[in-house]
Amino acid sequence: MNKEMALGIVVSCLKDALEQIDSSIREVNEETVIVGQSAVLDSISVVSLIVDIEQRLEMDHGISITLASEKAMSQKSSPFRTAGVLAEHVCATIMEGQAA
Amino acid sequence: MVITGTRKGIGRYLAETYSRRGFLVEGCSRGEAGWEAENYTHHQVDVSDERQVKSMISNVAKRHGRIDVLLNNAAVASMNHVLLTPARASNRMFEVNVTGTMLFCRDVAKVMIRRRYGRIVNFTTIVAPIALAGEAVYAASKSAVLTFTRILAFELGQWGITCNSFGATPIMTDMIRGVPQDKIDAVVNNLAIKRLGKYEDCTNVCDFFMSLASDNITGQVIYLGGIT
Repeated sequence: MNKEMALGIVVSCLKDALEQIDSSIREVNEETVIVGQSAVLDSISVVSLIVDIEQRLEMDHGISITLASEKAMSQKSSPFRTAGVLAEHVCATIMEGQAA
Repeated sequence: MVITGTRKGIGRYLAETYSRRGFLVEGCSRGEAGWEAENYTHHQVDVSDERQVKSMISNVAKRHGRIDVLLNNAAVASMNHVLLTPARASNRMFEVNVTGTMLFCRDVAKVMIRRRYGRIVNFTTIVAPIALAGEAVYAASKSAVLTFTRILAFELGQWGITCNSFGATPIMTDMIRGVPQDKIDAVVNNLAIKRLGKYEDCTNVCDFFMSLASDNITGQVIYLGGIT
């Protein structure tokens, strides 16, 4: 999976998550902040988003990964901080899974 | 429906009963089941192994597209005075009883979230509330399961998933076959209903927690025999 495809999934899931919390934000792109200052989601919505991305990868693409892995959670800078960073994290996690 | 620890004892009874009732039951144990039933699929999984648990749940979700019920029954016990309990035995009890329960709850809940529906029942024990000597580590691990389940209920409630615990009175399974009879008699004599537990006691409580009508029953524990 390339970054463009991963970003498409992240953006689609992020839009759904924003809709769930009745957010007025409709424009979502690579720079949209998910975690930290100016984040568009609250912490529980981030959990929902991560699970939704994992489930879509599994259902639509047959890819089974855990985004909140030990390595991801111990990084200094959150791999969930923006839509773009999260898309990169999705690709990296898939590649690690294939290499293992 | 996913049931852990189905090779023998309570888990096998639950799997056989619910598969007979028409549930599609996906069970697991470290080894082969050694028995078969219509509607039952067995997976060889160490419940404390993150990779194996994920792979099993992923396989179940792919084949069925949903999981409605999780019965976390798998457990190990080592009935020893604490002064004679090796660290390895203690670690294994926490790995299987606590981490195993957590891993199944985590991965199954991710599937349940899709449909905003789920019933989780985690098995605990009466030996924790009665503070039974000789069971310190096992009881401590099951107390952890109880606390985990209470908090899990709050974490998953928003997605329509209920999480409850169940502590049966002693049932004659392999797990307690090594316990001296006088010790079992002493436990039974201190119950309000002075009899050993039956397998049917387990399905009775699970049926209640699994019922569609129990959508507002969560974070609870039911102990049998009058224990609170």
